[in-house]
Amino acid sequence: MLDELLREIKAMMGIYDSDADQVYGLLAEFPDPGALLHAAEAVREEGYSHFDTHSPFPIHGMDDAMGLGNSKVGYFTFLGGVTGLATATLLQWWTAAVDYPLNISGKPFFAVEPSVPIMFELTVLFAAFGAVGGMLALNGLPRPYNPLFYSERFKGASDDRFFLHIAASDDQFDAEETARTLRSIGALHIELVQDDGVADA
Amino acid sequence: MAHKEESKSIPTDPSAQAPAHGDGDRLIKGNLSFHDITEMVSRHTEKKAPLAWYVAFGTALSGTLLLLAMLAYQVWNGVGVWGNNQPVGWGWPIVNFVFWVGIGHAGTLISAILFLFRQHWRTSINRAAEAMTLFAVMCALIFPTFHVGRVWAIYWTLPIPNQMEMWPQFKSPLLWDVFAVSSYFLVSLVFWYVGLVPDLATLRDRASNFWRKRILGFFSLGWTGANRHWRNYEKAYLLLAGLATPLVLSVHSVVSFDFAVSVLPGWHTTIFPPYFVAGAIFSGFAMVVTLMVITREIYGLKNLITLDHLEKMNIIILVTGTIVGFAYITEFFMAWYSGVEYEQYAFLNRAFGPYAWAYWIMMTCNLVSPQLFWFKKLRRSIPVMFALSIVVNIGMWFERFVITITSLHRDFLPSSWGYFEPTWVDIGTFVGSFGLFFTLFLLFLRFVPMVAMSEVKGVMPQADPHYHEGGDGRPERDGDAPYIEPAPAAAVEARRQNNS
Repeated sequence: MLDELLREIKAMMGIYDSDADQVYGLLAEFPDPGALLHAAEAVREEGYSHFDTHSPFPIHGMDDAMGLGNSKVGYFTFLGGVTGLATATLLQWWTAAVDYPLNISGKPFFAVEPSVPIMFELTVLFAAFGAVGGMLALNGLPRPYNPLFYSERFKGASDDRFFLHIAASDDQFDAEETARTLRSIGALHIELVQDDGVADA
Repeated sequence: MAHKEESKSIPTDPSAQAPAHGDGDRLIKGNLSFHDITEMVSRHTEKKAPLAWYVAFGTALSGTLLLLAMLAYQVWNGVGVWGNNQPVGWGWPIVNFVFWVGIGHAGTLISAILFLFRQHWRTSINRAAEAMTLFAVMCALIFPTFHVGRVWAIYWTLPIPNQMEMWPQFKSPLLWDVFAVSSYFLVSLVFWYVGLVPDLATLRDRASNFWRKRILGFFSLGWTGANRHWRNYEKAYLLLAGLATPLVLSVHSVVSFDFAVSVLPGWHTTIFPPYFVAGAIFSGFAMVVTLMVITREIYGLKNLITLDHLEKMNIIILVTGTIVGFAYITEFFMAWYSGVEYEQYAFLNRAFGPYAWAYWIMMTCNLVSPQLFWFKKLRRSIPVMFALSIVVNIGMWFERFVITITSLHRDFLPSSWGYFEPTWVDIGTFVGSFGLFFTLFLLFLRFVPMVAMSEVKGVMPQADPHYHEGGDGRPERDGDAPYIEPAPAAAVEARRQNNS
């Protein structure tokens, strides 16, 4: 039960388990962003859920095609912002009014007005850390090892090539059957990606 | 890792060829493919740098050494080696600080504010502009750090528990500055790095050398361009842009508080925050134009950073320059309208006193010279914009000089009036800071993709998923017909086949 949950969480980050034969999944190449978008739609309609597309830039409309909801980075950012605001408030109040009250030009030990600039700066700073930290956490990055890196062709995913990857951990995955589906939706090239480094077409 | 043969096949100059089909209002000229973009940008980090780079780097590095020598001399002898003394306690260090922080602002404006306004043209210049921001802020931070006199005690500005059980004084604008500028630096750094990750992955995938693969592999965090990742990535990027926007506006506002919160005539004005921000954007864009004009020329990026990009920046220079000029005039009106004798004197003294020469340099450079950009021809002329961008930055340095020095050199008591003169150490330190700035910028050009490749690809017409489905006269692709690959640079294709 817990394993299942963990597996699904990792799948949301794009991290999939290999099957008993060390098969990580099938990697299919498509000619252009449009073809990839339709392929993702088709694969989703076939009932796959452990799949992902890889492209050198974000493709407009792909989230809908893959059936992904809104990103949760915003919650992390908000949390970061609240932390920053609380830190700045407590820091300025505690140091100036509690720990070491010092009379400076007869001004109050603590007041909101002169504290606003630092409250603002730290809110923004921590919110930014929250946004980046949240993004990395939700993406399961950094992830130096990825079986997809065994594919020579996959190097093009950061250049000008468009890939669809269906993971072997998907309940519906069957190397033969899935490859047939991919071919029928117009894949240019399909290869089997192995977790032990042997990739064959 | 020589890619010389490929470099020939990629058109770099739009004027060198007949206008390609539908080139008219496109952001990227020359009908480039995705791969051409990768090639155009990545190759400069992979091959030997051009001769001009070595010459420039040598010059810049000697500037950096000069800076280090000047700072060492200053630390050894004390702040007295600078020209600051009573009555002008804030001399060049604060002038240089405000100057450099201001330059940084254009980078954030391009990367964050133009992103929120969906200005796609920003993609070609945002990487370099953000790098410029980081380096300018580094240069800026040097000055207050050493101006404190005892640089080894600079950590007292941070709330670190210490044996004296003392805390920083949070009611002081100078301390707000510490927080504002360091937050700004960190957020800019994070923003820049997040934008870099997909491009570092591109370099990683092209790397053939053992260490290059490892180092780029480390910094690209295992990026695979997965859409599940892009989704969170884009959201984070949007949020960072949303956060950096008020931040950049706040930073120069806080810098202006250093002046405005005091009770000195000429400083104690509410117009300072917006006027400083406009000035910052003005000088920053001028610096971006200076740098981009050279970079696109030497690195053959004329199809990526086109004349249209430069023209748009020049329009922003015109607008912000006029805002700044308007603020100068408003200050005069406010001084007259306030009815305060000291305030009125401060401004008359600015324009007609012993520093009138600096005031009129400022007026000419900042208010008059950008007006030339009303003419389309001048706006699109490379020599004119290059010269003007430098003039603007001279003017903006003088603006800070005028504000800082004229208000200080004559205060309420005529017996304490004086005339500020910089020393050779002042001059050496300032020149040296340019050395540091250009050293860092040249290292950036050498080792980091100088154009945001993934972002540029994303705004190209081919990136639209519906591009290949017909519409505006393009043939519809038949699902069953054999797919014909668009022809990339021939040599690259050959290399790719050798690899696989």
